Amino acid sequence: MKKKALVAALAAACSLATPAWAGQTLDTVLKRGVLHCGVSDGLPGFSYTDASGNYAGIDADFCRAVAAALFGDAKKVKFTPLTAKERFTALQSGEIDVLSRNSTWTISRDVGMGMSFTGVTYYDGQGFLVNKKLGVKSARELDGATVCIQAGTTTEMNLSDYFRTNGMKYTPVTYEKSDESAKALESGRCDVLTSDQSQLYAQRIKLANPDDYVVLPEVISKEPLGPVVRQGDSEWFNVVRWTLFALVAAEEYGITSANVDQMAKTSTNPEVRRLLGLDTDFGKDMKLKKDWAYQIVKQVGNYGEMFERNVGKGSPLKIERGLNAQWNKGGLQYAPPFR
Amino acid sequence: MTPGETLRGGGPRRWLYDPKIRALAAQILTVLAIALFAGWIVHNTVHNLTVRGIASGFGFLKNPAGFGILQTLIDYRETDSFARVFVIGLLNTLLVAALGIVFATVLGFLVGIGRLAENALIRGLSALYVETFRNVPPLLQIFFWYFAVLRAMPSPRQSHEFLGAFFLNIRGLYVPRPIPAEGFAPIVLALGIALAAVIILRRWARRRQEHTGEPFSTGRVALLLLFGLPLAARLIFGAPFTWELPQLQGFNFRGGWVLLPELVALTVALSLYTAAFIAETVRAGIQSVPRGQIEAAIALGLTPRQRLRLIVLPQAMRVIIPPLTSQYLNLTKNSSLGAAIGYPDLVGLFAGTVLNQTGQAIETIAMTMAVYLLISLTISLVMNWYNRRMALVER
Amino acid sequence: MSSSPSLRPPVVRIDVLRWLRENLFSGPVNTALTLLAIYLLWRFVPPVLDWLFFDATWQGSSRADCHPGGACWIFIGQRFGQFLYGFYPIEQRWRVDLAALSIIVLAAPLFFSRFPQRRRWALGYFLLTPLLVWWLLYGAGILGLATVPTDQWGGLMLTLVIASVGIAGALPLGILLALGRRSQLPAIRIVCITFIEFWRGVPLITVLFMSSVMLPLFLPEQMSIDKLVRALIAVILFEAAYLAEVVRGGLQAIPKGQYEATHALGLSYWQSMGLVILPQALRLVIPGIVNTFIALFKDTSLVIIIGLADFFTAVHRATVDPEWLGFSTEGYVFAAFVYFLFCFGMSRYSIALEKRLARSEKR
Repeated sequence: MKKKALVAALAAACSLATPAWAGQTLDTVLKRGVLHCGVSDGLPGFSYTDASGNYAGIDADFCRAVAAALFGDAKKVKFTPLTAKERFTALQSGEIDVLSRNSTWTISRDVGMGMSFTGVTYYDGQGFLVNKKLGVKSARELDGATVCIQAGTTTEMNLSDYFRTNGMKYTPVTYEKSDESAKALESGRCDVLTSDQSQLYAQRIKLANPDDYVVLPEVISKEPLGPVVRQGDSEWFNVVRWTLFALVAAEEYGITSANVDQMAKTSTNPEVRRLLGLDTDFGKDMKLKKDWAYQIVKQVGNYGEMFERNVGKGSPLKIERGLNAQWNKGGLQYAPPFR
Repeated sequence: MTPGETLRGGGPRRWLYDPKIRALAAQILTVLAIALFAGWIVHNTVHNLTVRGIASGFGFLKNPAGFGILQTLIDYRETDSFARVFVIGLLNTLLVAALGIVFATVLGFLVGIGRLAENALIRGLSALYVETFRNVPPLLQIFFWYFAVLRAMPSPRQSHEFLGAFFLNIRGLYVPRPIPAEGFAPIVLALGIALAAVIILRRWARRRQEHTGEPFSTGRVALLLLFGLPLAARLIFGAPFTWELPQLQGFNFRGGWVLLPELVALTVALSLYTAAFIAETVRAGIQSVPRGQIEAAIALGLTPRQRLRLIVLPQAMRVIIPPLTSQYLNLTKNSSLGAAIGYPDLVGLFAGTVLNQTGQAIETIAMTMAVYLLISLTISLVMNWYNRRMALVER
Repeated sequence: MSSSPSLRPPVVRIDVLRWLRENLFSGPVNTALTLLAIYLLWRFVPPVLDWLFFDATWQGSSRADCHPGGACWIFIGQRFGQFLYGFYPIEQRWRVDLAALSIIVLAAPLFFSRFPQRRRWALGYFLLTPLLVWWLLYGAGILGLATVPTDQWGGLMLTLVIASVGIAGALPLGILLALGRRSQLPAIRIVCITFIEFWRGVPLITVLFMSSVMLPLFLPEQMSIDKLVRALIAVILFEAAYLAEVVRGGLQAIPKGQYEATHALGLSYWQSMGLVILPQALRLVIPGIVNTFIALFKDTSLVIIIGLADFFTAVHRATVDPEWLGFSTEGYVFAAFVYFLFCFGMSRYSIALEKRLARSEKR
């Protein structure tokens, strides 16, 4: 009892001695000069390491975009590969500044776990990948199947909901790493691999014979994937959120990494000029440089470029834009006005 | 001045050299430093949790889990609470630890005795076994069995079939499940009676030997009792079980019991790894028995089996048990590596999935560590008790 | 002694058949065991050898060159660089080689007992080599060597770094803890016992998980420690607890007279421990210490769980590469062989050392 009291007294003494730290992520990162970014441990199209150890993919590029906005240098990122299991703890603890690791935005994660989702980089939904040999055409035929899942994901929960509401049974086999679940599907340990559809396409190209496998038509959930920051630090939240909006807006206004210099010189469109920081300095209010958005587009490209390069037509995944097209082209990507 | 005074040193600084005061000061400083450090950690954590708006406390345990689990030893539905998931993870850990301990002990004793066998070939093979298995990391061995060996099994539709009731495929080993029938209770009763009779018989035999010196071989009578009584019950009351056979339905076999490849790989790897260490312990234990004891036993005319059972093993056990305990503890802790191959043990399930679904890192990790600490303390307490019973009583 | 006739030494005849009879076929049970063992060997050894060597593919550059039926060692050859160095920049790999070379070459004098001033050399070696190696590997921009951040370290090199730093850190801490556990001062004893029992009771992977993702929760916000350093600290604390128990065994084996003698000589606590007790106690428990080091070396493979790219991680990652899918057996066998070499080597060295010490004791 005495010891407890002592500890409490000491804790109280310490709290008097140290100032509050709240909301200092931005200052810390700027002072450190490097962005600590949590990414996936190997998911083609989103974040994976190539043969020489460089990270590529949408999620990795988003980290680079934030670094470009912060420092004017997209290379100043330290990537931390995380399993699905580790990711939120790493963010909560402060191990990373931003988590950009195909994480689904849900209410429980937003309100109860000390995190805030800053937006949606990819609108996704959960699907199923099966071997063609099984002859399955629809997810409704999966009663009694063995299903491979990644531990610690929303897909674990959705899967259970879906099978229960449809009165079907399943056996879950849960792995920590996506590589391992793909390997398990290939070897026949499970009949079905379930995950976000984008991930399924990514997993498929990692298989020895991708053409033997097919993604079933059903999408059983909404999976808005986006970058996450710690709760209660609105300054930092704004930087990450508006980095994403700058990427999206740049595509809407037709600014690309190729033409951004020319646009900056010649464009008379007031929206373009405001975005690139030519007329108004939004950067100052975020403690950033005036040309923050220019640096993002110049070094990383706009949202469309990022998409096509990593998961779209220019990539082995060949995913359609679908929900991820601009709002005026039938999609959901929509940036608030830069005004 | 007497020499004593010089040694102690005079003046007001004498207390500086007083060993009692020094000891007290050292202890107070240590406690203070540790308390300060703990206070600092607690303060940081509390502060970080509040700043980041992370809920704390154990209330989350009541919430429904909402996900499926591969292997549950007790009934589980997705709507059950996280607390139940914790129990399931714990039971899975205990299961693999218990299986591993049994197999590792049996194999370890065999190999350990084999290392001292007269037969040179057996000796060599045992040594080869020990050196191979104890020098390779357990995680690698688990991966090897799981990803290289068990992954080579056929798909459910091409299962290896034995007797039309056992099926082996990549999803595991399917065996018939016994369902208690009418004859179940009488047979259990008969077995109980037989066991009690055997124990009484053995006591009587020992007492008789102590009094008269005449040995009485209980083996055959015991065998007769243990098999005869249940057999009689079976003949009178009918079959104790009906068997539920596994059958291929759709994607998988249904019915029967299944031994999952995750469990098999983990058990096999841990047993083989730990058995190598146990073998060395057993060898050292047997070698510690003085040569004279064995020579005396030979002189008394004991058979080799009797020598081993009555003279060597009881004495060797004293040396073997303490290191054996720590091997059991290591095995239990190593079972947490099952998380890497998807076995739903405490670490994989609770400190993994539950941690991630709830975000309660501190609580879940603390609970997990507490369980392992508790297991390790319990095992060492039990072993210490046994050790004390076995300890040499010198007259 | 002239009275007794000198006997001739007995003639030792090496008779193969007799040796066989005595060792392998001395009775029905023994004969059965021998036959069983021969059957097992005949059944398993040839296929394994075929797979490992005779049917294996040794030369080629891609998956297509592998012929079925045997192991395909091309896979190991292709990835060898990554297994050794991880993602350490290719143009900087000479630094790792140089570091390894300097460790071996500079240590050479320690193994020759005739070398003049061996003690002084040893002291210098253990103090300065770590600095040299750190500079070579990390660079930190000193004397023009570019910094290679620790997240690019990997492969066997990282495994050896973790193992050697772990050993160097755990031994002194373990000794202190063992002394503390046997201390006369209750507070210090309780602290040490709690510490030792805690670390011995929990699995290393939960400790590594805590150190890799949870640690910042316990520290002030600005404080950040390199991930590798944190893993190292976790390994050191964990293994120190095990070492402490080994050393305690040695301390308990020292006769009470030795302690009393140091008191009689008027040595202080640290003098008596450092000069009299510990040198004897440590020598007694050398096998135990080496066994703990072997365990530590094997435990380094667990850092795969926190995403450090050690040797085992590099091998495991290579086995999931789509280009080389289906060669996991080769990968694991190779990894097992490498771990075996190190661990077996260490255990042989410990046995040799034990024998040498036992000899010197007898004299």
